[in-house]
Amino acid sequence: MHDFAIALPEIFLAVAAMALLMIGVFQKPGSDMGLVSWLGILSLAVALVLVVTGEGDSVSFAGLFVVDPFARFAKVLILIGSAAAIVLSQGFVRREGMNRFEYPVLILIATLGMLMMVSANDLVSLYMGIELQSLPLYVLAAFKRDSTRTTEAGLKYFVLGALSSGMLLYGCSMIYGFTGSTTFGDIASVMQGQEKAGIGLIIGIVFLSAGLAFKVSAVPFHMWTPDVYEGAPSPVTAFFATAPKVAALALFMRAMLEPFGGMEADWRQIIWLISMLSMLLGAFAAIGQNNIKRLMAYSSIGHVGYALVGLTAATSEGVRGVLVYLTIYLVMNVGTFACILAMRRGDRMVESIDDLRGLAKTHKGMAMALAIFMFSLAGVPPLAGFFGKFYVFMAAINAGLYYLAVIGVLASVVGAFYYLRIIKIMYFDEPTEPLSKPIGMELGALMAITAFLTAAFFVVPGILVDGAAVAAGSLFP
Amino acid sequence: MFAFPLLSIVTFAPLVGALIILLFVRGDDADAQKNVRWGALFATTGTFLLSLIIWGRFEYGTAELQMVEEVDWIGTGIDYRMGIDGISLPLVLLTTFLMPLCILASWEAIKVRVKEYMIAFLLMETLMIGVFCAQDLLLFYLFFEAGLIPMFLIIGIWGGGRRIYASFKFFLYTLLGSVLMLLAILWIYFDAGTTSIPALTAQAIDPDKAIPANIQGWLWLAFFASFAVKMPMWPVHTWLPDAHVEAPTAGSVILAGVLLKMGGYGFIRFSLPMFPIASMDFAPLVFGLSVVAVIYTSLVALVQEDMKKLIAYSSVAHMGFVTIGLFTFNVQGIEGAMFVMLAHGLISGALFLCVGVVYDRLHTREIARYGGLVERMPRYAFIFMLMTMASVGLPGTAGFVGEFLSIVGAFEANTWVALLMTTGVILGAAYALLLYRRVVFGKLEKEDLKAMTDLSPREILIFAPIAVAVIWLGVYPSSFLDIMEPSITYLVEHHNAAIALDAAMQPAGAETLGAAKH
Repeated sequence: MHDFAIALPEIFLAVAAMALLMIGVFQKPGSDMGLVSWLGILSLAVALVLVVTGEGDSVSFAGLFVVDPFARFAKVLILIGSAAAIVLSQGFVRREGMNRFEYPVLILIATLGMLMMVSANDLVSLYMGIELQSLPLYVLAAFKRDSTRTTEAGLKYFVLGALSSGMLLYGCSMIYGFTGSTTFGDIASVMQGQEKAGIGLIIGIVFLSAGLAFKVSAVPFHMWTPDVYEGAPSPVTAFFATAPKVAALALFMRAMLEPFGGMEADWRQIIWLISMLSMLLGAFAAIGQNNIKRLMAYSSIGHVGYALVGLTAATSEGVRGVLVYLTIYLVMNVGTFACILAMRRGDRMVESIDDLRGLAKTHKGMAMALAIFMFSLAGVPPLAGFFGKFYVFMAAINAGLYYLAVIGVLASVVGAFYYLRIIKIMYFDEPTEPLSKPIGMELGALMAITAFLTAAFFVVPGILVDGAAVAAGSLFP
Repeated sequence: MFAFPLLSIVTFAPLVGALIILLFVRGDDADAQKNVRWGALFATTGTFLLSLIIWGRFEYGTAELQMVEEVDWIGTGIDYRMGIDGISLPLVLLTTFLMPLCILASWEAIKVRVKEYMIAFLLMETLMIGVFCAQDLLLFYLFFEAGLIPMFLIIGIWGGGRRIYASFKFFLYTLLGSVLMLLAILWIYFDAGTTSIPALTAQAIDPDKAIPANIQGWLWLAFFASFAVKMPMWPVHTWLPDAHVEAPTAGSVILAGVLLKMGGYGFIRFSLPMFPIASMDFAPLVFGLSVVAVIYTSLVALVQEDMKKLIAYSSVAHMGFVTIGLFTFNVQGIEGAMFVMLAHGLISGALFLCVGVVYDRLHTREIARYGGLVERMPRYAFIFMLMTMASVGLPGTAGFVGEFLSIVGAFEANTWVALLMTTGVILGAAYALLLYRRVVFGKLEKEDLKAMTDLSPREILIFAPIAVAVIWLGVYPSSFLDIMEPSITYLVEHHNAAIALDAAMQPAGAETLGAAKH
């Protein structure tokens, strides 16, 4: 007997997405997407309540689907991120001719895919979740149909995404071939007691992690990120940078630690390398960027590198670090993209860093918020970003990964340079052509909330850290 | 039991002031600017008065931490712990003493974005007091690092021509040093399960828990990377002249007066008591670098054409005295180092203010543009003379006591080091007197100098307290030496105990090794 109750949030979200699709279809052609958007946010909120009220640790659907504190933690982040993305988009879609009801519906479906990803307990459901998430994202990236830039971004994303899915599937098939099962638990029990993984299984793990590294945009599979971030419409980029990152990293952790938890000696070096390369590339490549979305793309590559430091540790402490990191990263990114979306002159969006010149004189509040996010992304205490790094590096030190930790902190100093550059442009330079006002109520509110959370996190870090510790514990029975 | 959290109140009082200014002062007109200035002055003066209460309640004659506050914070060994002893109290007082003067010094010099400026300074004060009061490694690190943000903004927004270069250099240099310290802190936390400073200090003399010597070396180096940059020691001092030259006057005062002391404080609070064996092993390195700093940067100061740069290099030289004094591991040396820090905080702060006075009038810091100021500005010449003499180390001023004690300490530890240090004293006299002669004496020939006015009442109000303090410290140094004495004596005993413990464990280790062979 399948226990449908544990998948209630997913089932609800699927039904809600279809219902919203119907509402959209039966609306008058060309009507505003506001109604569908707010209903979408409402559905995400309901799903959030359903996730939070769920309890315990259970597996259902013949071992395909698992709900545990870890999944719940990631789902909360994903739902919040998706809802924030819909809120962020409101002004932009209306101005830029993307005002179609499919937009929130696609976000909802992608969110459903992400929820499936973090609950995947089997290579098959893992793949299904990823695809259910990816397909709406491809469409969203190209949502502004009459712009060559976004269609190019969408196509690039699709082609490279399909390639990575192929690699992932190949890895899955190797793993199935050498262990005889696709369920995480069974793979783990097959591997138990074996001294070393066979070469075939190692190849499988390599391909699996390559596919997953693609999804989280870790070096050396990061090439799509800057182009897609730059090309996609800004609110879509904001979405890409938040919820899907959380889902992919959560999936990454589960897929490495549950089936292959006992053999981290075999795969640790892979994650070690991609983590180190991501941190370094994120730090160095962002220095020369002038487009703020492109800069944020490199920044996100770097941050994935830091998050992966926690996975490299392969301890419960490390997973806790990653979860803390992801939460803080989500908040900072929502805030930063709210600022990016507020960058416009008249009806024209601007994306160059130089457009922020003298922002501290023209938009005091926004400049202060963005400065908080930049210092936080750079990891300067006492802002939240510092604590993210603190917990992953703590795990790394405890796992004896000294070299990785040293490289990581040095990369963070290099990375600080480009975050400081944005602050310099806002605060030290004189304004040339000021950005338009007002920035819009929903953007302003999101900026204020996220900036407050980022700045005040250090007062009571315990709430988040304890929650993350419980969640992390469920991956290590 | 609930104790009155005096330390937290003093630490966060400026922050409250900053928040009030941020939230309640609207607009940017002359009235709002006036309110902001008075508000900041009020907040800093209030903090100074509160800190005097700490002094009043401070119990002399004990090395124990006092006014300890402990509140759960992050949990599992990382808590919000505050407390002071004889080492932190003088530095807290120095900070709170200098801050109102900084606000006064910026009264007319800062005309744009006054509100942000004052908020940055108040924030800075909270963080600086926090550094000296924190008794938890992570809390210390938070205060220590967060100070970069306001200072970066102060240099970058209100600085001079090359302010952007200077602010970036300041930020990145200091950050680079301290991230390594963060990793060391994490290792210590992993090893000991706590980041409480008193607990970790006690561990160094606990045979079961003492950190092995080889690991101490790495940790010491990681902390050294941070403190040496902050100090700054040769050869990582190059950010300091740039930052000083570009920062606004009050920013320079804070940099020289307090920020540099964080490095020395870090050595006393962490390196010496927590890694005693490594400290001893690396003492020759510190001596070497410090001697180079004392002599080389003094020589560099001799040839400077920019007044602020000259004083900045002289700061590096004086900090050389501090590091030598600290690593002599005797009471005189460490007391001397502490006293040099206090005196230098006052004297170099005052010297930067002296530069600020003429800079406000003529908008140049080039030494050659001045000369003969004594004719037009007798009061200024007097103050400048007093501070120059104090900087040289004239007996009767604050500068003498510290230098004397640290040289005495150095003699006990290493005669050669003491000898080389003394040449630094002579060079110090040379550059300081040269600066004074070129700026103040000579003939008043340049036309624009003839219009210079003497110190205004506001400026006298700034200089008078510093002048009194400099003389007071010089004539009656015991008022501060008595505060430090018990803590420093304890520190030295603690150090000797740790060394003895290590020595006692060495042969035992060798024996077991020998026994295993047989």
